[in-house]
Amino acid sequence: MSTSTAALRLGLLGAPNSGKTTLFNALTGLRARVGNYPGVTVERREAQVTLGDRSAVVIDLPGTYSLEPLSPDEEVVARVLAGDFDAAPDALVVVADACSLERSLPFIGAVLLREQPTCLVLTMIDELAARGGRIDLPRLERALGIPVLGVVGHRGRGLDRLVALLGTPESWSRPTLTPPRDPLERAGWADSVFASVVDTRPGAHRLTDAVDRWVLHPVVGSLLFVAVMVTFFQLIFAWATPAMDAIDAGIAAVAGFLHASLTPGPLVDFLADGLVAGVGAVVIFLPQIVLLFGLLYLLEDVGYMARAAFVVDRLMGRVGLEGRAFVALLSSYACAVPGIMATRTIPSPRERLVTILVAPLMTCSARLPVYALLIGAFVPAVPVFGPIGLQGLVLLALYVLGGLAALVAAAVLKRVLLPGSSLPFYLELPSYRMPSAKLWVGQVWGSARAFLRRAGTIILCVSMVLWVLLHFPVSTPPAGATPSQASRHALEHSFAGSAGRAIEPVIAPLGFDWKIGVGLLASLAAREVIVATLAQIYASSDEETSLRTAIRQDVDPETGRPIFDPPTVAALLVFFVFALQCMSTLAVMARETNSWRWPAFAFGYLLAIAYAASWVTHRAIAAWTGSA
Amino acid sequence: MNAVLPATPVSLRLSDLAPGQRGIVERVDASCPIGRRLLDLGFRPGTALRVIRRAPLGDPTSYELRGSRFCLRRSEADRVDVTLLPGG
Repeated sequence: MSTSTAALRLGLLGAPNSGKTTLFNALTGLRARVGNYPGVTVERREAQVTLGDRSAVVIDLPGTYSLEPLSPDEEVVARVLAGDFDAAPDALVVVADACSLERSLPFIGAVLLREQPTCLVLTMIDELAARGGRIDLPRLERALGIPVLGVVGHRGRGLDRLVALLGTPESWSRPTLTPPRDPLERAGWADSVFASVVDTRPGAHRLTDAVDRWVLHPVVGSLLFVAVMVTFFQLIFAWATPAMDAIDAGIAAVAGFLHASLTPGPLVDFLADGLVAGVGAVVIFLPQIVLLFGLLYLLEDVGYMARAAFVVDRLMGRVGLEGRAFVALLSSYACAVPGIMATRTIPSPRERLVTILVAPLMTCSARLPVYALLIGAFVPAVPVFGPIGLQGLVLLALYVLGGLAALVAAAVLKRVLLPGSSLPFYLELPSYRMPSAKLWVGQVWGSARAFLRRAGTIILCVSMVLWVLLHFPVSTPPAGATPSQASRHALEHSFAGSAGRAIEPVIAPLGFDWKIGVGLLASLAAREVIVATLAQIYASSDEETSLRTAIRQDVDPETGRPIFDPPTVAALLVFFVFALQCMSTLAVMARETNSWRWPAFAFGYLLAIAYAASWVTHRAIAAWTGSA
Repeated sequence: MNAVLPATPVSLRLSDLAPGQRGIVERVDASCPIGRRLLDLGFRPGTALRVIRRAPLGDPTSYELRGSRFCLRRSEADRVDVTLLPGG
């Protein structure tokens, strides 16, 4: 029990889809503090509110169907109730969907056994009435012995009475008789309570049944699923592009303005090319994140996401994942950052972690400029079948290789790294509902804010550190050097240039020289940065044509053999298929898994695969083409 | 529960029911956590349920019971014994 000075702590308990989160948002507005429980990846949401004349903390506990924990989410519920993290809640608010009260009663009974002040909030009483159901609330109050209140959370109906009730848990009625402890006897108790309070059971949700006939139809439903996923893909890949281009242009304009209006020097270079570009590296993700989460939450709130998981579950089950992992992996084809954030919809933490660990293998759009450069420079544009050319086939092969690698890695990680009995698979198909615009805006804003605060700060710091490594120590270019030669000289003598030379012996077996080494180091910021870095090294004025020519003509000064020979080009392409060269992905992984252990592991295992696969490729192509 | 049982009740596994058929839960293996969770979801002895449909690829299957719709994979539905209701 709290002392008189401490704020009242109220725990919101209920099943997924019970309307608990809608109620939490209605009670607390957008003031929720979102974080993680220590040591677990479960999201922690609580908010400070004023109930009448006293302040209270409302804790939105993860959705659970039972107090006997199976998943870490449910473990957290048990630990919060036991007071493991903070002081235990002073009073419990059980939230249940009025239409599925019958199913929720055994859970309510289990909560009553804790003998704490408890009240019951029945949500969606409007839907109950619409479906012809009638529950005698006063009789339910008497049968359970606790206060019962009906509300319509997203319309705010009943909220005033709820706020008044929540402020005075001391005066809540307590049950005179507790429900039976044995689960089966408690189920019988629940059935008798239900029979005594329900005048009419709610009928079927006609609209849901009618819509499901099409949405889950073997043919129509599958086509709809494909259409929704293509829209997802299109949204992140193409529709976000104008906004991203605008951000790019804006960043370039700000950098140009700084260069033009301040005295040239290292400080301006740092401000314009380090700091402003670093901010740009963060903001550039916002269009994709907002679009992805806009659609994701819309489909979730309407009730489609559970259906999509139902349709595709069997396919994902083959590699040990489940239906909900599909959206995350598909989104990663555009960018792993929103893709990894989308794994939040996967309830099983093991499957969520496996999905996060393999998401970087999906061919993201940042690999495209690298593939375009190397394929454009070295793969002949010859037709293979009619209009389909060799260049396109190579590109397609790289995409397929990434996707297959992700599926194989998922199957292997699931069995080897994270074995143990799986959570049982069960998925509730909620009734279709009209989403609430206010709730939706809050959800999308919450994701964007979480990204900016948690991952954005890391991305900004790392990109500034990389800038320093690429530009310091400052060296004096030889007299008479052109600006592009001076730029090459500066890079060659920077920390990154030295590091490129230092790792040359390690990457030499892949056919990579120090210049590619510098490019690989710089591409840790983002994969496509290797193109700009190579352009700087080869002192080429524009990235497209002259860089292609430059890397085609580059020869080893000692042997006179081309640096970019077929084995090296193939090895470099394969390296980019596997390696996790993206600090933004690493930062988002750290944020989503709540530790640096998993990003470190992902970086390591993908680097090992990339190295091994590049080496094999280099040897195989060398043997095949007869070059050494 | 005054469910009318068929003259010769046939006990089946839930996964054996075809879409459209109705049944009454007879027994759930409560010795394992999965079975206990199924109890918590409402798959309790005496519960009437209906098979709605299978997913396009044949698994999982959705069931309607106690006002909710739940999907189970075959491996979970195998743990529930049911009696087939006639005319389902």
